[in-house]
Amino acid sequence: MTEATPLLSVRGLRKSYGHDVVLDGLDLDVAEHSCTVLIGASGSGKSTLLRCLNLLEVVDDGVIELDGEDIADPRTDANGLRARVGIVFQSYNLFPHLDVLANITLAPRKVHDKDRAVAEREALEMLDRVGLADKAHARPDDLSGGQQQRVAIARALVNRPRLMLFDEVTSALDPELVGEVLGLMRELKAEGMTMIVATHEMAFAREVADQVCFLAEGSVHERGRPEDVFGQPRQARTQQFLRRVTEAGRL
Amino acid sequence: MTAWQPSTRQLQRDAFRRTRTLRSVLIAVVSSAIVLTVLALVVTSSPGWPRVRDSFFDVHRGWQVLPGLLRALWTNLQMMVIAEVFVLIFASLIAYVRTLPGPIFFPVRFLAAAYTDVFRGLPMLLVLFIVGYGIPGLRLKGAPSSPFVLGIIALVLTYTAYVAEVLRAGIESVHPSQRAAARSLGLSYGQTMRHIVFPQAVRRVLPPLLNDFVSLQKDTSLVSILGTVEVVLTAQNDTAQDFKFVPYVVAGLIFVALTVPLTRLTDSIAARQGSAGVRRLWTTPRGAA
Repeated sequence: MTEATPLLSVRGLRKSYGHDVVLDGLDLDVAEHSCTVLIGASGSGKSTLLRCLNLLEVVDDGVIELDGEDIADPRTDANGLRARVGIVFQSYNLFPHLDVLANITLAPRKVHDKDRAVAEREALEMLDRVGLADKAHARPDDLSGGQQQRVAIARALVNRPRLMLFDEVTSALDPELVGEVLGLMRELKAEGMTMIVATHEMAFAREVADQVCFLAEGSVHERGRPEDVFGQPRQARTQQFLRRVTEAGRL
Repeated sequence: MTAWQPSTRQLQRDAFRRTRTLRSVLIAVVSSAIVLTVLALVVTSSPGWPRVRDSFFDVHRGWQVLPGLLRALWTNLQMMVIAEVFVLIFASLIAYVRTLPGPIFFPVRFLAAAYTDVFRGLPMLLVLFIVGYGIPGLRLKGAPSSPFVLGIIALVLTYTAYVAEVLRAGIESVHPSQRAAARSLGLSYGQTMRHIVFPQAVRRVLPPLLNDFVSLQKDTSLVSILGTVEVVLTAQNDTAQDFKFVPYVVAGLIFVALTVPLTRLTDSIAARQGSAGVRRLWTTPRGAA
């Protein structure tokens, strides 16, 4: 795959809830092995966009091409697609009645028909990878927020997705736990994982992003390299948003 | 909001979803029709069908017995409503007692557990016999002797045990963080249960709770063994006149007609007070993924 054809290409994406139009003709290209960071105020559509990309929402219009295939088409095998696109949520969404290992092996065993032994070996490797090898038999409720979020990342990674979506994954974490999750995401980026990250961690965005997209009014209001968007934002709304963020001490 | 026109591509998608929906509806309708037709053919072509039809489905006889059965139904309804009120009160108390923490409450917890164990295990019919013939047998002054009251007592004893367990399961399913949040605001243990835990618990166990009430509604007919003239006993008497089973069929229809609205009512309550907000967020407005 060349740089010219993006892994993901979104054109004219529209999603509304009743009269509330959340995404309105949104366009976005994501190159393979790149990290796209979505910034924007609450309600600007970051989460909705990510949920649409994982087909957790039915879009009202527009094209979402992954590897050149329109996944917004109703004929798409949604479950097959979700193996290719992993998502991690703000509130972890681990299954509290299953231990860590069972959380991770669930999809490999039930969806991908993997042998239990194989699935568990891969899960343990993945847990080792996220630094939680000793927590395989812990229950989610017994883990810290950072640990739970790392398990959630491992649970998504074990399906070997082509694209990873991160929906404000550090927003529910204590400041001292944010680092361990961002560190893991940095490593993923270094390994060449294609990622779309909705976040309020501007320092992280500046460091890791290949492109930063500022979402407003349901579309990409401004996008560019992080040094441009953060350094000299062109749009007034972007400037205003970044000023507020700076005042809040996040940058 | 600018007028938005769906793209041709989207119109094709919508058309595809419509045809797919139509197809599944058609499949459902046709397959149900086939099954029902086959079933009807098998039954009506059976050698004994004319006699069964005469005995069970004589419409004329059905209309004849209906008024008497409906009059008798009033007894069932009274028993049901009275019993349900007491069951709810006692079951809540027992569920509350069983979830009390700490060693001081061990004796009451133990008693409550023993009660539920015994009365969930005893068949309803046995409880009816024991209460119905045992209590009058004691010849205590002021003890109830009417089969109507004794029947209600037996129903309450049995169903309190069931419902208490359902409520306890609901109480235990409420996440501890909810109690912590309520206690952190200064609410007492009792207030926490009353205002925070119990409402959430009841909402969660509404379907099984309804199950028990429908079951109770039907079991009011068992009280007929004590001689209370209610629907089933009336149907039995009617049947004895001409040995046709029509009254039983009519009585059955009456019970079904009673429970269906109750189910719909509970569904609508659950939908209204339940996770309406969550549902709006998570369901897809158009066609399912």
